Amino acid sequence: MNAPADFSLDGGTLRFTGAMTLSSIHDLPARLEAIDEQPAKIDLSGVDRIDTVGAWLIHRIVREGDVPVEGADEDAAELLAKVAAADQPLKIRPDPQPGFVRVLQETGDATYAAARSLIGLLGFFGATVIGFWGVIRHPRRFRGNAVAHQFEVVGVKALAIIGLMSFLIGIVIAQQGAVQLRQFGAEVFAINLIGRITLRELGVLMTAIMVAGRSGSAFAAQLGSMKLAEEVDAMRTIGVSPMEALVVPRVLASVLMMPLLGFYAAIIAMLGGGIFCWIDLDIPPITFVQRVREVVPITDLWVGLIKAPVFGLLIGISGCFQGMQVEGNAEEVGLRTTASVVQAIFLVIVLDAVFAVFFSSIGWI
Amino acid sequence: MGDDAIIRVRGLKNCFGEQIVHDNLDLDVRRGEILGVVGGSGTGKSVLMRSIIGLQTPAEGSVEVFGENMIGRDEHEAQRVRQRWGVLFQNGALFSTLTVAENVEVPIRQYYPNIDQTLLDEIAAYKVAMSGLSAEAGPKYPSELSGGMRKRAGLARALALDPQLLFLDEPTAGLDPIGAAAFDDLIHALKGTMRLTVFLITHDLDTLHAICDRVAVLADRQVIAVGTIPELLALDHPWIQEYFNGPRGRAAADTVARAQAQAEEGKPGMTH
Repeated sequence: MNAPADFSLDGGTLRFTGAMTLSSIHDLPARLEAIDEQPAKIDLSGVDRIDTVGAWLIHRIVREGDVPVEGADEDAAELLAKVAAADQPLKIRPDPQPGFVRVLQETGDATYAAARSLIGLLGFFGATVIGFWGVIRHPRRFRGNAVAHQFEVVGVKALAIIGLMSFLIGIVIAQQGAVQLRQFGAEVFAINLIGRITLRELGVLMTAIMVAGRSGSAFAAQLGSMKLAEEVDAMRTIGVSPMEALVVPRVLASVLMMPLLGFYAAIIAMLGGGIFCWIDLDIPPITFVQRVREVVPITDLWVGLIKAPVFGLLIGISGCFQGMQVEGNAEEVGLRTTASVVQAIFLVIVLDAVFAVFFSSIGWI
Repeated sequence: MGDDAIIRVRGLKNCFGEQIVHDNLDLDVRRGEILGVVGGSGTGKSVLMRSIIGLQTPAEGSVEVFGENMIGRDEHEAQRVRQRWGVLFQNGALFSTLTVAENVEVPIRQYYPNIDQTLLDEIAAYKVAMSGLSAEAGPKYPSELSGGMRKRAGLARALALDPQLLFLDEPTAGLDPIGAAAFDDLIHALKGTMRLTVFLITHDLDTLHAICDRVAVLADRQVIAVGTIPELLALDHPWIQEYFNGPRGRAAADTVARAQAQAEEGKPGMTH
């Protein structure tokens, strides 16, 4: 309906025509830039419509050489005055830093953040212990319902996925072990492999990774969004300790559920391995069970069961800690959730290595 | 009225499951007016706005904006209409990963990708200033802003494309009285310069008295009345009477009356 914006320059008069609006300027700004002659005056009498963008383009020329404007109707004059009043230098984004300095700064920031996070985690561990102590001293403040709910979320609801995962891992260990051991005619030792590695290492470790991904991240996201919605502050104001109401049930659930889930995972993995042995290696289940009882020392079970609650504690604490660190915006919730999973898995693996050395040195080989 | 109506809603019905929010609702918004929409909590003011701007598909009824039907529209065509309006959401709804100035640039970049970066930055700069923000606010992220600044930044983004129609969802909620009055003035001034039509949801009686040309009252799943405040006061509806004649309503009306009296004293001969 409107003619596109255009201009002509004759005898020092810059004459605009058409609709000077954002939708009809097209390449006008570029063409305006291309004029090198300074106009003596601007004529707006041919303009049908004008919006702030059109007014701004004219204001740019006016600003440069104090060029008088003619033929502006009431609207155009008002718009010109408005954009002139709003003319201010403005940074679009914070100043970027030179690359080298930025790399240095980011390295420093990351190191600092990692150290602070570890110290914070230690502090949070202390606060959790105090929270537990408060609950022990005043058992009436123990939230049975919340704990039971967390048991369900962390433990019961994880049974299916952990079972499936462990079953498949058992099959994979048996299959890979059998392929290698067959070269020495020692396929039957696949049973030693399955029995010992699942009870001692993989059952608990894989469960820890799954729980960190399933529940640790959920803790961080839940507490983080509660923190954003000021629910945590509201609790404090009412006099409810967030440590006791939110953190203790979650940490307790992950500490108590981890050994159960770890043991369950080990048994299911052995089941998977046993089925593979039965089908592929023709070892009947009864022989498999007998052989497992002969070759797997009871200390392997203890190793798994001792590690599991410690891993559970790490997962619960780092999930809750990261959740409580959320501040500012919704993006932070995502970052903290990721951080909680990474931190939990990292610490679990580091501690697993420590445990491996420790148990070997006390003779539980 | 005829062509005068920029928004025309007819027979609108919205329901969430069993709960019916609107039933056979009609509403016209005329060109160049500021229409205030009021109603108790839960009467569906925001739902009405979301139906008009296409975020909520109504169960029945028609919505026309700029004379074009907006329901069941092809997304590509709807965009053409969409760039002629701006929306300010209740909490600003700024993109949290972008700075204020970058937020303002988003709609322009979306519809006019060929625009030159310098001009784009300049446009963002004057829009930010027009919304009453200082230059320091430009490179800041939304999380670093106060509630009032966030609303102004949201307004700057809503105005990015020089829209003809502006939707405001409770623009003064959560602002202090001085900030709220300044925001009212800003909207009124922008309406004047940019020839805006404004659809304004509010609970703020001062805003209604200060800047709204007409007020639509939502109750009983419909718009029960539309008109200027004196016209509404003449109606004998209990909710309207209580709303405008309650203690808060009176206080707001008194303030406006006083302000007008002062203006007349200051400038004799002026009738308004």
